[in-house]
Formats: sequence, C-alpha cells, structure tokens
Amino acid sequence: MLITRFYSIFVPLNTQLMSALIKSSLARKVVMALSGLFLVFFLGQHFVINVTSVIAPDTFNSWSHFMGYNPLVQYVLQPILILGVIVHFVMGFMLELQNRAARGGVKYASYKGSANASWISRNMLISGAVVLAFLGLHFYDFWFPEMTYKYFGDNPENATRYLEETVHKFEPIWRTVLYIISFVLLALHLLHGFASSFQTMGVNNKYSSAIKTFTKVYAIAIPLGFILIAIYHHLNPITH
Amino acid sequence: MKLNLKIWRQKDATSKGQMVEYPLKGIEEDMSFLEMLDVLNEQLINKGEEPIEFDHDCREGICGTCSMQINGQPHGPDRLITVCQLHMRSFNDGDTIVIEPFRAKAFPVIKDLIVDRSAFDRIQQAGGFVSVNTSGNTLDANAIPIGKDIADTAFNSATCIGCGACVAACKNASAMLFTSAKVSQFALLPQGQVEATERVQNMVRQMDIEGFGNCTNTGACEVECPKGISLENIARMNKEYYKASLKG
Repeated sequence: MLITRFYSIFVPLNTQLMSALIKSSLARKVVMALSGLFLVFFLGQHFVINVTSVIAPDTFNSWSHFMGYNPLVQYVLQPILILGVIVHFVMGFMLELQNRAARGGVKYASYKGSANASWISRNMLISGAVVLAFLGLHFYDFWFPEMTYKYFGDNPENATRYLEETVHKFEPIWRTVLYIISFVLLALHLLHGFASSFQTMGVNNKYSSAIKTFTKVYAIAIPLGFILIAIYHHLNPITH
Repeated sequence: MKLNLKIWRQKDATSKGQMVEYPLKGIEEDMSFLEMLDVLNEQLINKGEEPIEFDHDCREGICGTCSMQINGQPHGPDRLITVCQLHMRSFNDGDTIVIEPFRAKAFPVIKDLIVDRSAFDRIQQAGGFVSVNTSGNTLDANAIPIGKDIADTAFNSATCIGCGACVAACKNASAMLFTSAKVSQFALLPQGQVEATERVQNMVRQMDIEGFGNCTNTGACEVECPKGISLENIARMNKEYYKASLKG
C-alpha cells in the first residue's frame, strides 16, 4: 500500500521532472547551477586536505589514506563526483551549442561584448575547457596511478606514501606552471559561475550582495591557495 | 558632421543581405539618430535609390520598435535610451558608424534594419495577462490594497517596452529579461496570483519554442535595456518557475 502510494507520487513527479529537464531551458540551467555548486563544495574539501600537506604532513597522509580506502568515499562519493563533472561539462557544452544556434546564421559585423558584460562571464567555455583539460592532467598524475596501485597488482596498503608521491609530482617546473595557469583559469570560472548559480536558483534579494562578496573571496582564495601549495612543493622537494 | 555609414541592406526576408557604405555630409549634432537616417533616406530617394527601411513609431523612446545594433551595441553607445533618443552629439565628426538589425534566430530580418519581433507577442500571449471578470461586476483594481514597495517593483517590471535590446545584447540571444519582466509584473501583484502557476510555465515554454538561447547571467541585457529592467526579474522568474514545476 505504502509502496503503491510512493510510486503514485514519486514516479509521475520524477517523469515530469525528467521531461522538464530535457525540454526546459530553466531546468537545464538548474542542472548547471547545482552541479557547479556541488563541484565548488568539493573543491573546498579538496583544498582543506591539500593545506595539510604543507602544515601537517602526517595528517595529509592519514586523511589521504582515509579518502583512498573508505568504501563510502570510494564507491559512493567518488562516482557521484565524476558524474557531477561529466554532467556539468556535457550540459555546459549542450547549452553553448543551443546558445550559438539561437544567435542565428548571420553574425554581427560589429559586436561590442565588452561594453556590457565582463570577459569572464562571456568566456566561461574557454575557462571551463582549460579546467577540463587540467582535470585530464590531474587524473593522469594522481587518479590513474592511485587506481592502478590499489586495484591492479598486489600492492600493500601504505598509509605514509601520499605526501612523497604528491610532492614528487611538483618537481618539474612545467607541471607546476601548468597547475598555476589552470588555477588562474579556475578562479576566473568561479568568479562568474559561483555567484551566477545563486542567481539561477532564484536568489536575488537582500543577501545577494553578501553572497556575491563571499563567492568572490572564495573564487580567488581557494585557487590561490592551491597555487601556493603547488609552488611550496616545487620549492621544497623531498630528498632522501 | 561628416560620417561614413555602414548599413545592413537586405531586400526581403529570404534574400541574402550585405553591408553597404554610405558617406553622409551635413549632419548636425543636435539631430537624433533617426533624423540622421531620414536625411540619408531623402538623399537616396532623390537619387532614385531604394531608401533604408527601419522601424520607428513614437520617436519618444517608448515604442521600442527601432531594433538597431549601432557600433556593436543595441540602440548605440548611450545607456537607458532607444535609437530615437540617441543624438548625433554622441558621435564624432568623421566617425564610421556600423548599423545592423538585431540578430537572433527568433528575430528574423524582414527587410534592411527591420526585424520580426512577433516572438515576443507570442510569449506575452502565452501567459502575460490576468483574466478579469468583465460581466459588469468588475472590481476596481484600486480596491485591493498593495504596499508601495511591491507596487513600485511591479511597475518597474511593467515598464519593459519589449524592444528586444536584451536579446540583441545577449551573446546567447536569450529572452529571459523580457520574459521575466512580463512574469514579474503579474507575479508581484495579488491580481496575478490566480494564474501564477500556468503563467510562468507557459511563458517559459513559449520562450523556448521560439528558439531564444539560455541565460548565462552575463548581465549584458540589464546594461543595454532602455528601461533599466533589472536582473532581479530573472531570479524572480526562476523562483516562480521552480515553484510552479513542483506544484505540477
């Protein structure tokens, strides 16, 4: 009885939401905003762990080990995170294609976009593409080796290996520079995207200026923090 | 003033258009932009050439028919005005001025600088109204007390003249500022509550059907709007839409 009632409410609601998602521009924007907010939240959590690599190496090792071997993190949160990235990227790309089509076949002979909107807000695709390319490098650097270590071959659990592996990655200057450039672009992406997601969610009220200030500080402080950590590890290699 | 005009010429909706150059002399800086085009057209007619077609009605800044992109901006470089209120003193002697119709898939060019903005009419018809009993027992709208703040906000939304500058300015050709202003003016008032759920859903659906793009919150629309319609309207429409979607 309860199950029937659940289905009678949930299934039509779900179908309705799914159909709205495909058809409605506003629903697609919500997906962009919510997946973006989720990724912003994840970024903060990632940053907190990375900070410990500088100020408390043992904590960094134990937290990294926890994240790497906790089943909830590995089998639930990690797939959700990857799905979040994919949804944000695919939806962003789809919206961009639709937006270009909406402009029509003939382009303006003269179009002064800078007169009424910031470069950052007009070029989210560029900053987003750089961040996505960076994710490719980041996965190549950390995620694939980690998956290989854990799930392929007979490697023992070692809760003290993480810091050295991380610091080692920042020895080449080219990688450190690529990380810095990517984080600058990430900061630009967040400067528009973070505050923008609240506007999309319908929040434009007396709290909006506080939200805007918070998002701007976050958008600059977190990527800057990542940059400083990368530079710190580049300048302080672990030698035996 | 001496000017070099580059103007979009297109014979009809199906023909391919092109930019054509027109050197123009003897323009006074106190002329409005449309008066400058009148001077050019007079010269073209005297030469036996086809005059440049452009939309204009009130020439008082409220009809919103002018639909021109001037030097890369809707209604030209000045703020909070339509083309009839743009004066030649905003330009310099010897300037090249590029004049094009608003560009959007949903605003097809009819001829030269005239675009078909009937997509806006269809969005409005989809829900931009309140049903009022006109059987003789109609209530006076003033009989319902409304706070001044709310009345002012609703009135500000209602000042949208549907000119399409928001669509023209938006890199995505999104019509969300227009649609949200029309949703807001009713959503804020008690008279608009009865049809609130269907209104926002129907108007957004029509907006999508017309082929306008998606808002990416660049804010270009708000900057270029001749009536200063604020982005708050878009946030309000989004909220109304989510509320309506959850109600079903």
